[in-house]
Amino acid sequence: MGLLLLILAYAAVAVFVAAVVWRSVKIARLPIHLRWELYPVAHEKGRASYGGSYLEESDWWTKPRESTMLGELKFMVPEILLLAGVREHNLQQWLRSFPFHFGLYLLGGLVGLLVLGGIAGAAGMQISADAGVLGRTVYHLTYLVGYVGLGLGLLGSVALLVRRTFNADYREYTKHTDFFNLAFFIVTLAVALLAHATVDPTFSGLRSFFTQLVTFNPSTLETPSALVALEIALGCLLVAYIPLTHMSHFFTKYFMWHDIRWSDEPSFKGGRIERKVSEALQYPVSWSAPHIRGDGKKNWVDVATSGVEEN
Amino acid sequence: MRTTKRVRVEDISKPSAKLTELRREDFKPLPEPFQTPEATPEFTPLSEKAAETYESSLDDTIAVSIPKPKTKEEEDRLVAQFLSGLQKLFTKENNWTFLQPLLMSMDHCATCHTCSDACHIYEASGHNPVYRPAYRSEVFRRLYKKHVKHNGNGGMLQAWRDGEIELNWTTVARLAELAYRCNLCRRCAQTCPIGVDNALIAHEIRKVFSQEMGIAPKELHESGSVLQLKVGSSTGMNDVVVKDNIEFIDEDVSEKTGLSITTPWDKYGADILLIHNAGEIMSWPFNPGAFAVIFESAGLSWTMSSEIAGFDSINYGVWYDDAQFARVAIKHAEAAKKLGVKKIVLGECGHAHKALTVIADRVLTGELNIPRESCMVTFEDLVLNEKIKVDPSRNDFPVTLHDPCNLVRLMGVVAPQRRVLKKIAPRFREMTPHGVDNYCCGGGSGFAIMSGHNFGDWRAQIAGRKKLEQVLNAFKEELDPSINKYICAPCSNCKGQLRDLLAYYDVWEKHRIMYDGLAELIVNCMVDVEPGFIEWEWH
Repeated sequence: MGLLLLILAYAAVAVFVAAVVWRSVKIARLPIHLRWELYPVAHEKGRASYGGSYLEESDWWTKPRESTMLGELKFMVPEILLLAGVREHNLQQWLRSFPFHFGLYLLGGLVGLLVLGGIAGAAGMQISADAGVLGRTVYHLTYLVGYVGLGLGLLGSVALLVRRTFNADYREYTKHTDFFNLAFFIVTLAVALLAHATVDPTFSGLRSFFTQLVTFNPSTLETPSALVALEIALGCLLVAYIPLTHMSHFFTKYFMWHDIRWSDEPSFKGGRIERKVSEALQYPVSWSAPHIRGDGKKNWVDVATSGVEEN
Repeated sequence: MRTTKRVRVEDISKPSAKLTELRREDFKPLPEPFQTPEATPEFTPLSEKAAETYESSLDDTIAVSIPKPKTKEEEDRLVAQFLSGLQKLFTKENNWTFLQPLLMSMDHCATCHTCSDACHIYEASGHNPVYRPAYRSEVFRRLYKKHVKHNGNGGMLQAWRDGEIELNWTTVARLAELAYRCNLCRRCAQTCPIGVDNALIAHEIRKVFSQEMGIAPKELHESGSVLQLKVGSSTGMNDVVVKDNIEFIDEDVSEKTGLSITTPWDKYGADILLIHNAGEIMSWPFNPGAFAVIFESAGLSWTMSSEIAGFDSINYGVWYDDAQFARVAIKHAEAAKKLGVKKIVLGECGHAHKALTVIADRVLTGELNIPRESCMVTFEDLVLNEKIKVDPSRNDFPVTLHDPCNLVRLMGVVAPQRRVLKKIAPRFREMTPHGVDNYCCGGGSGFAIMSGHNFGDWRAQIAGRKKLEQVLNAFKEELDPSINKYICAPCSNCKGQLRDLLAYYDVWEKHRIMYDGLAELIVNCMVDVEPGFIEWEWH
């Protein structure tokens, strides 16, 4: 059983990483698109606060563009951590969505603490209420982050499910798979909470599993209690499942902002963008409308520089 | 406030006389004195002939005018065409132009409905479910998942996972209309926590119809981009007519201002090629006249072009068709290249700004990549650096600013026009909200020039309702008709919509609220110009 759980955990991490990498590469390798930015663009130095752009400068192409990473961070940190946009534009949803997401962030932190505790345990360090400073800190933080994370995550996912079930506007747009996803979260988080409320209140059982996970020494394998084992199994399946669904927005959001909404880099003669555009203009066109008559041989240059007479 | 009938996503496929009906008592109430439903004129019903001839089963109006198929075979052929276009839309060869943003919007919507409250159309309609920004996107998303991702072979599991949808002629015909119930203002995209862009999806749906099926509103295609590429302007003016008209405008403006104004044409080597929306020349001639006064008074080296499309900055393709968009953008650049100018300055036209400055930036390569600049920037330089002298006391009347979405939210030109107004208009006040958070005038994405059947009613009653509310609120302390008031709308299409909107509710007669551009307001306070450039007469 213990070995099976270990294999499952490694497989879940492998699927998670592979899915994130695969989807990221797939998005990044899509061809350059036409500019479609949306203001405010957070890296516009001195202008982001009101949504201005370098296009407000006279002869902007003769001047250096000033952008700021700090501006992007000032937007992204509250947006990701606090769901600032949802709070501003959809408070009722934020009241449900924020606990859910923040709970998951805390559970990410819990995994980090358990890995840390696992490594410390493997190195012979004690993690408990009466250990040294580091051991004590990890112990208490794990306790705090674990319970708050599980509680908020469960509360948020139940609240979201209730809204999607009983609010007609939401119900009409909620697919079976959305209900399944929320139910998956609820069951996993409820089992975890139950496991720690009953058989593993200090997370020591789970930490032992992480010790085995980071050392992988089958000879020391211990089988956790049934509830903790179920928690681990469900958690692993969830970790592997998330990046395969639309919930992958936790990392695709990077592309949404950097490649689309904030993609304001101008094209200059002979520059990197012009080279990419020139490549794309060679793609064959097969649109069939009479004013295009793409035959799969004409490329975009042909279409854009002719066709007036066919209109 | 909510329309009583609920409409589910899959209902779009179910044949019925109408998917939704519009009732003015459902609409968002306007501010005083237009707060009662009766203050909104009756919605003109579609004529029997129109309803018999064209597809009209979405709501109570028609934007696209698709002739009803006469046989089942014809329906099937159109559905097959749509499906073919749908599949092409998701290939890099046919849609490299927007593939990445489209796929991202297709795959990541969490249906949180945060976008809904950002949409002026959804709000104004009284939250009509069909006008929810996510409605059309969800229909399209289900079609994409069923027929592109799974090639129609996903079976019950796919429907369970992605939602039910049936592809039939009813779906296709309604989707065509529904793509034209969005102003493409992208206010919804601004609020999406994930970055999903429902306006982009509407834009891409329009492309499937135009680029594959040859279906687009006549005003945008046949009388729009096709005419522009043929004679030079969607107004129908060719180079001879436009020169004649500008000559008349120069004469009028010279007489009015006391200055001798002559617009230069085809001046090789000028610094600036100025391209107006030619609609200004036809409908608001004092706008290009005001530009000429400002540019001549400041001693700028500038010219207009008589080349095809060189005298009309419009580019309707940006709303519905990548091929038409690219063709027009290239014509604009070729006109500038031929004259050897240092830069193109775009006149007061929002979509022309965005089309040529931002979107065409990844179409124009090599020698066609000629710098483009907004006239707002030029005005700021001239007014704030005192290259023209102004007397703000001549503009001593309430002024508010309408932000064209294309200029502001979609290209970040926000501050220059405000700095000019703060200098020349002592009674300037902002609308709420404004800048990048503004509301569309209701004429965006081509609607301002679309009034076929009863679409003008829809535009005034729903699309423009939020803007009317903003205008009335901006002047709420001074609605007294003895006070002339000015909406500065530096965009031709927005002006067209404001003209129709104010006339529809009789706002000029009742409250003396006028609209015009920024150039006219500048000239009205230039000290070298005879006073009274702005005439307080309805136009």
